[in-house]
Amino acid sequence: MNWEVVIGLETHVELATKTKIFCSCTTAFGGAPNTHCCPICTGMPGTLPVVNRMVVEFAARAGLALNCEITRKNRFDRKNYFYPDLPKAYQVSQLYLPIARNGRVPIQTEQGGEKVIRIHELHMEEDAGKLVHDPWADQTRCDYNRCGVPLIEIVTEPDFRTAEEVVAYLEQLRSTLEYLGVSDCKMQEGSLRCDVNLSVRPVGSETLGTRTEMKNLNSFKAIARAIAYESRRQIELLEEGKRVVQETRRWDENKDATFSMRSKENAQDYRYFPEPDIPPLELSEAYLEQLRARQPEMAQARRARYQRDYGLPASDAGILTGQKALVDFFEAVIALGAPPREAANWMLGELMRRLKEEGQEPKSMALTPGTLAKLIGMVSAGRINRNTAVKVFRAIFPDDGDPEEYVQAHGLEQVQDAGLVERTVEEVLSNQTAAVADFRAGNVKALGFLVGQVMRQLKGKADPQAVNRAVSERLKQPEN
Amino acid sequence: MKELLDLTALQLGAAIKKGEVSIEEATRAALEAVEANQKLNSFITRTGEQALEQAKALQVNAKTAASPLYGVPMAIKDNICTKGVKTTCASKILGDFAPPYDATVTERLATAGAVSLGKLNMDEFAMGSTTETSFYGPTRNPWDTERVPGGSSGGAAAAVASRSCWYAIGSDTGGSIRQPASYCGVTGVKGTYGAVSRYGLIAYASSLDQIGPLARDAADCAAVLDTICGQDPRDGTSLAFQGSLLDGLTGDVRGLKLGIPADCFGDGLDAEVRRAVLSVAGALKARGAELVEFSFPVMRYVVPTYYILAAAEASSNLSRFDGVKYGWRAEDFEDLTDLYCKTRTQGFGAEVRRRILLGTFVLSSGYYDAYYKKALQVKGLVKEAFDEAFCKCDLMLTPVAPTTAPRLGESLSDPLQMYLSDIYTVSVNLAGLPGLSMPCGFDAAGMPVGAQLIGPALAEPRVLNAAYAFQLDTSWHKRSPAGKEAHG
Repeated sequence: MNWEVVIGLETHVELATKTKIFCSCTTAFGGAPNTHCCPICTGMPGTLPVVNRMVVEFAARAGLALNCEITRKNRFDRKNYFYPDLPKAYQVSQLYLPIARNGRVPIQTEQGGEKVIRIHELHMEEDAGKLVHDPWADQTRCDYNRCGVPLIEIVTEPDFRTAEEVVAYLEQLRSTLEYLGVSDCKMQEGSLRCDVNLSVRPVGSETLGTRTEMKNLNSFKAIARAIAYESRRQIELLEEGKRVVQETRRWDENKDATFSMRSKENAQDYRYFPEPDIPPLELSEAYLEQLRARQPEMAQARRARYQRDYGLPASDAGILTGQKALVDFFEAVIALGAPPREAANWMLGELMRRLKEEGQEPKSMALTPGTLAKLIGMVSAGRINRNTAVKVFRAIFPDDGDPEEYVQAHGLEQVQDAGLVERTVEEVLSNQTAAVADFRAGNVKALGFLVGQVMRQLKGKADPQAVNRAVSERLKQPEN
Repeated sequence: MKELLDLTALQLGAAIKKGEVSIEEATRAALEAVEANQKLNSFITRTGEQALEQAKALQVNAKTAASPLYGVPMAIKDNICTKGVKTTCASKILGDFAPPYDATVTERLATAGAVSLGKLNMDEFAMGSTTETSFYGPTRNPWDTERVPGGSSGGAAAAVASRSCWYAIGSDTGGSIRQPASYCGVTGVKGTYGAVSRYGLIAYASSLDQIGPLARDAADCAAVLDTICGQDPRDGTSLAFQGSLLDGLTGDVRGLKLGIPADCFGDGLDAEVRRAVLSVAGALKARGAELVEFSFPVMRYVVPTYYILAAAEASSNLSRFDGVKYGWRAEDFEDLTDLYCKTRTQGFGAEVRRRILLGTFVLSSGYYDAYYKKALQVKGLVKEAFDEAFCKCDLMLTPVAPTTAPRLGESLSDPLQMYLSDIYTVSVNLAGLPGLSMPCGFDAAGMPVGAQLIGPALAEPRVLNAAYAFQLDTSWHKRSPAGKEAHG
């Protein structure tokens, strides 16, 4: 039998607000345990939550960018359960009236077509703390720094059929949220986390099969592998005449398999009810209009503009717009006057190469747009040649050094003295009689060798094209 | 000294300002009274030394202070957070809990120059109508120590009635200020939902809880409310409040339409209570108010609606007391679930456990629609019924409780009967309206009777002014248990 895999996603995204959702503690990642918390985010008796307006703004902007309907009067609810990382024993979330619903996200399919993924809802909630198990002392310790960090959860309809579609959607989602500036979407730090709901059914069937939910997926690679594993597991069960149990399963990266966490029978009853401590949020049309007007140009629109206005090839425009850090860098370099094509070439060539060598992400590099713009300016002014510029770039990249200073310090400024070039050509040709003879005998390659010798003599500081011209012209002259 | 204790809070404040009484003198008098009244068990924690230090420090600015209550000693119900001072909610589970922060109300009182004598007894987590569910033993009624003071702010009512402090801060979720005020013969106000910040009030039912004053008379209550009410950036449900309530007390009730809802004076109401409450209508009419009678059938549904909503919220609010982070923790446990179960089973009293179970049940999947959701709908109907009633009248007059204070032990044996006795007060919380309880007479046994005035949202000035008018013409509020003894 042929099987169809049906997948829906629940993605949790940490919002990049400076402070937490209900108090003024910092959201900064990685502080010493229990240093980024207060009586409110640790749910001490008598404290009350007050909604951070930026969280509502970020969530609404994300909803708008994902083409959702915004719920003008939305509300928080309490999700009740006991766990030591949840000091109030309830999570403030949105169940009945989430801030956004019914969205649409277009993705590119592998076949080159477009497919629309429907968003069921987007809601706001607070994150829980973290439990750290100390196997040595056999103790579990609570770190409440993450308590109350704002999250949005984005729930799709079961519209995915392949892992590739899932990854395409997540890349699209990440790009959108980064362009909006509402999240830094770092999977490693847990600021983008994904739960995958998956079921299988015979091709052609209209009814959904029994689904499992997979948790603990913290990279795109893990997501793709977990989907492959879990669909195979479910198909095998069904082909053996067994049934799939509705349950939550944990992905184990090391074992490359999913394991049962809890079945539906043991599922918790969260006893959701409206959060009485927070009045309903009423978003006016004027407010939403103002948010719409402030939405930035998204990746797709920018890609098209780069192709149209700057004549960049589609693939180059795609890479540049694929990551917010790159596109911001690019825009900044051209804003400083660098020709767009030149800036793109540098970024897609040398800059990407250096990042790869250093194992760095664009968002964490030291290099600033001003430095690259300056370097490009020095090349177009003829002060250094391109080869020298590459050397300079490689050297200053790690610490964002000043290209001007580097060129001065290393005496790399191009030789502008035509007389010196001519004298050097004369000198090289008179010494390299064998090569000259070769050339004259019709060996064109000898020209390159002679140009190289002249460049070497000039320590690479001459314009290679000018040297080439000078050598060619000198060779055209009759022998003395 | 006795005379000093018989002054109202405002009279004492004025005497302090004029330099006729020092804050320390007043504080010492109160501390002595607290000591003399120990058998009432109205305090859980006493902070006498701190109070005397505070009194000395406050004296410096006594003559120039802005608040009319500057330097006046008071006490605070033990579910309102006081920085560094134990706040137990009368529960074993918070027995050693000293919050590292103040409630907004505590802060505002301190800023106004209040002297705090300590923390007052109450029903555990404010769940009860008698102050008998306290882990620290019941409070007794100063008028008859064999009777309950009411609850849950029983410690507050008993302390004010016994002249152990000039006013007290209580909380009211279903009548917890008004009913003990009635049983103890003092004046108590629950403001409009949101009038007073709940930040630092350990929640019982968040959508119904309000902090408010218990004091000798309406004017003292107005002065305390002026100090504590108003918008608070730390409570998103708090409301802005303008003008001084105290300055609005004129006693002029001419043309005021006083509503008498017939359904509040029918079956189940003690005849003596009925007569005393209706005397308020007569007194206000004599001052020019107009009486309007109408039926108010929604009363039939208010008790079950209240107990479903309050228990549901309580089950969630009290989940945080799990023995993990603070408070009392059971000693022997096998695993995490066992830690939770033992801590909560042993740490909470029977009434609290009953309400947590009830609340957990009504929120459970499969029952939510039949109970919680339906109760929310009825809450909407109750609000509408009040809106409609306030088209016909400006204020409503009702009893506070069907009887005067019962004897100790009578109520707990029949919790359902105890819940039913909350009928006149819970509707006011469901609708989020201001309600005031004031003394309006005594029964044959010499126990005080209270009358309730209910106003539309934010009509605190009107409610307080009507009570003030009544108190201009009557002296029920001036009687004290000691005076009764003296005359008897």
